[in-house]
Amino acid sequence: MKKRTLYLLILPGLLFLTIFMIIPIALTIGSTFVPEGGFSFQGYLQFFTDDYFRSILFTTLQVSLVTTVACIILGFPAAYYISKLGPRKKVILLLLTIFPLLTSPVVRSFSWMVILGKNGLLNNILLSIGLRQEPLEILYSPTAVMIGLIHLFLPLIIITLVGVLENIDHDLLRAAESLGASKVEAFRKVVLPLCVPGLMIGSILVFVGSFTAYTTPALLGGKQRVISTFLYQNAITLNDWYLASIIATIMIVVTFAIITLMNKAAKKLNPKG
Amino acid sequence: MQEKNKILALFTLFVFTFLLGPLVIISVTSFEPGNVLKFPPEGFSFKWYLNIFEVQMFLETFKISILVSLAGNLLALVLGIPAAYALSRADFRGKEIVNAVFLSPILIPGIVLGFTLLKYIIVTYQLPIYAGLFIGHTIIMLPFVIRVISSSLSNFDFSIEEAALSLGAGRLETFFKVVLPNIKTGIIAAVIIAFLESFNNVDISVFMTGPGISTLPIQMLTYVQYYFDPTIASISVLLMILTAILMFLIERLLGLSYFTKR
Repeated sequence: MKKRTLYLLILPGLLFLTIFMIIPIALTIGSTFVPEGGFSFQGYLQFFTDDYFRSILFTTLQVSLVTTVACIILGFPAAYYISKLGPRKKVILLLLTIFPLLTSPVVRSFSWMVILGKNGLLNNILLSIGLRQEPLEILYSPTAVMIGLIHLFLPLIIITLVGVLENIDHDLLRAAESLGASKVEAFRKVVLPLCVPGLMIGSILVFVGSFTAYTTPALLGGKQRVISTFLYQNAITLNDWYLASIIATIMIVVTFAIITLMNKAAKKLNPKG
Repeated sequence: MQEKNKILALFTLFVFTFLLGPLVIISVTSFEPGNVLKFPPEGFSFKWYLNIFEVQMFLETFKISILVSLAGNLLALVLGIPAAYALSRADFRGKEIVNAVFLSPILIPGIVLGFTLLKYIIVTYQLPIYAGLFIGHTIIMLPFVIRVISSSLSNFDFSIEEAALSLGAGRLETFFKVVLPNIKTGIIAAVIIAFLESFNNVDISVFMTGPGISTLPIQMLTYVQYYFDPTIASISVLLMILTAILMFLIERLLGLSYFTKR
């Protein structure tokens, strides 16, 4: 391919992304270091010394971590079960996993409002069987956000892990067993290590997704802020674009730090090297 | 072992109940005749489905959502197909970087993207809100278009292209008459996947609203803040039907492996 043809093919797209994405992001990050013309870290200093700001970042990280761990605990056994099914059943279960994944996050979060609300399904059940005297106040709490996020990302980790588990050579398992390993041991020493890269990719997707999700915390979190709703509040409601830019920068840095760290870990832990 | 499989099966059943239960519940409550969302509903009526058509903003924003998705999709194809073609056909310095740039909109937090678009496209560049919506949605569709079309190009036998070229067809003619028709299913699949991505988007659209301008998901979010009647449940059911149809189309065009490959 001639150089000129190549440029003609990739330049329009690159220019579009540069003008409308890369430059605006670079300018936003840049603007956080020059609050009053001169260069300073003042904004970040303020952010990290403010208890309220720090607690928002901390809550978000905590929610993301719990969501990721819960997704793995729920998703791994389900994915393992699906991967061992016959083709027909496997297709049906995969379609049932993919359907929620493609369904609008607004719809999915809203369905949890119906369940977790004060007069919601969960409280109706708890009150009618006498397990509680007072309705539980789950909705608009970090717990509700976690439940919503687990629901949002569980399909993602299941299909990622099914993809990985399907590719594991089952002869390896049989070989391990014929060499004297118990089923549990064979699973732990053969299947699990081969899953590590997939688990890492899945965890990155869930953790980063939870860390940056907006719709679910906006609907289920109420006044309990996480970093994305905090960014929105500062940009739109409070019109504090300087603080919003700082939050945006922190979100980008954390996201890329997590992706880089986990990718490195995945490479290190990959038994294939 | 049999015993263990049963436990695993039960656990999987629990996982699927958790995944699908809420969607079933919201569907059932959409038929509630009363004014408050309840489960189980106290009767059966299509009242709230009719209400969707009475609240003007739902139809308006639905139209805007469709238009923005289609227009953005078109631009994403115009920018994305040539790029995907170059990336799978040519070897050049900096290819990795170019590839990373094209896929980067997936990695950048949507809410950050939305904010920077508002800050620069609307406020600094002074473009109208519609343009902001259109540009923002194009940006998030582009990586999906490039990924799906790259994978169908990797299945394309380029010797057919070389045959056409050696028989005297021009590069452009070959591209339109030989390459494009051969990756048709990939393009259709890319359009559907990008459409879903754009149609469901909240993170960018939430910054791009103005008088009379909004998208359906944003309108739904706004509505929920003021009313808790079954209208949103009814819209949810219609959206789930649309999603199911599109999911089966993607499955037909690309197979399930599209979803399980990372």
